[in-house]
Amino acid sequence: MKKLSLILILFFLIFQISLANTYSTDPKIFIDELVKDAINNLSDKNTTKDEKKKFIEKIAVENVDINALGLYTLGDLRKTTDKENLIQYQKTFKNYFLKSLTSRLSDYSSNKFEVIDAEKKSANYTMVKSKILESENQPEIKIDWRIYTKNPEKPLIRDLIVEGLSLARTQKEEFSSILNSNNNDIKILISKLEEFNSN
Amino acid sequence: MKFGRFYILLVPILLLISSEVKATNECFEKTSRAIFKFNSGFDNLILEPVAKGYNKLPEPIKNGTSNFTSNIATLLSIPNLLVQGEMKSAGDATASFLINTTIGIIGFANPAEKLGLKAQKEDVGQTLGTYGFGPGCYFVLPILGPTTARDSIGLIADSFVDPFAHITWRENELFGVSGQKLDYFAVKGTTAIDFRADNDSNFESLEKNSIDLYASFKSLYLQNRENKINNSSEGTDDWGNLDN
Repeated sequence: MKKLSLILILFFLIFQISLANTYSTDPKIFIDELVKDAINNLSDKNTTKDEKKKFIEKIAVENVDINALGLYTLGDLRKTTDKENLIQYQKTFKNYFLKSLTSRLSDYSSNKFEVIDAEKKSANYTMVKSKILESENQPEIKIDWRIYTKNPEKPLIRDLIVEGLSLARTQKEEFSSILNSNNNDIKILISKLEEFNSN
Repeated sequence: MKFGRFYILLVPILLLISSEVKATNECFEKTSRAIFKFNSGFDNLILEPVAKGYNKLPEPIKNGTSNFTSNIATLLSIPNLLVQGEMKSAGDATASFLINTTIGIIGFANPAEKLGLKAQKEDVGQTLGTYGFGPGCYFVLPILGPTTARDSIGLIADSFVDPFAHITWRENELFGVSGQKLDYFAVKGTTAIDFRADNDSNFESLEKNSIDLYASFKSLYLQNRENKINNSSEGTDDWGNLDN
């Protein structure tokens, strides 16, 4: 009997933990839930900077298609790069992405957020339109989210378009500039990313 | 002096009409990177400290200043909207300017926005873009920052099209109003400070997280211009069928 109740308690705890990190599969609700969860956590004054960092990393790993983002930012070079270098790049890119994301969001202060609309672009993509409402310190900011929906059970964020400026495209063009001035040598790009990660 | 002016006009025109030049192509990257470095130094030494000081001003003063410079910029938008055939927007911009200049106390308040009149910003570079002129190659100007061949031609043309530049920069009279070159620099300088102050945290984040800041600025500038020309914030979709 004791064993059974222990199993039940464990099952309940695991279920609760998995439920706490699962957002809706509907892209519009997914973004709404995820951002509101993030705002609650990041604006909580009792949460330490380290806890915030861990939280950001966790939701990013679970909800952003970091692998695809890494491949996209590599441009055409992803088609010709050998597997070994590509794996090394993906690994370094993931660390780079998480580091720059935590650096951008750790000092986040509470803002009101609203999902406006969602537009299904294709079987694989839905654009979710949202905005951060105007506050005393800043004007209204429009944010579009490119959601990859190939697996309808697990939507993933691939890009953020802030006031029409795509973060993925900016990253891609930044990497492209580095590659162009270094004979498309992916090892140089990897070493630059590693340098950023170690600072 | 005349030759100098001639070359200022000729160089961007030649760069613009060179066949198949894309904005991602650089006109003279090494020089642009050097100018970008100089501009960053100028920003660190002058613009950023001034913008940070500006950000400490009371909100009504900042808003008033921002409204004032935006209202003056509307003067350049009106002729451009007309040339683009955007008659309704041109009407809205004209009404916005008149209301803000009078009821809004020479533009410090923005009652037009409360009436639903939002003046979109247009310049000659955008107008050329709507007529199908490509951006041409990309380069960086001292102090003025990123531009393209098309936008640099637009910048020169702006000073002829803009009624505010007509009365200040060229010191002509228009409807009994005249000004001085100093007024032009004061307004343009304030516009730059207001923009820099508004984007202070974005600049900081970009500086902190970029591994090639020059390329990041280039990408953001080109995306922003594309969106302004298309009057859209959708951006381009080049993800294709990228599947894991």
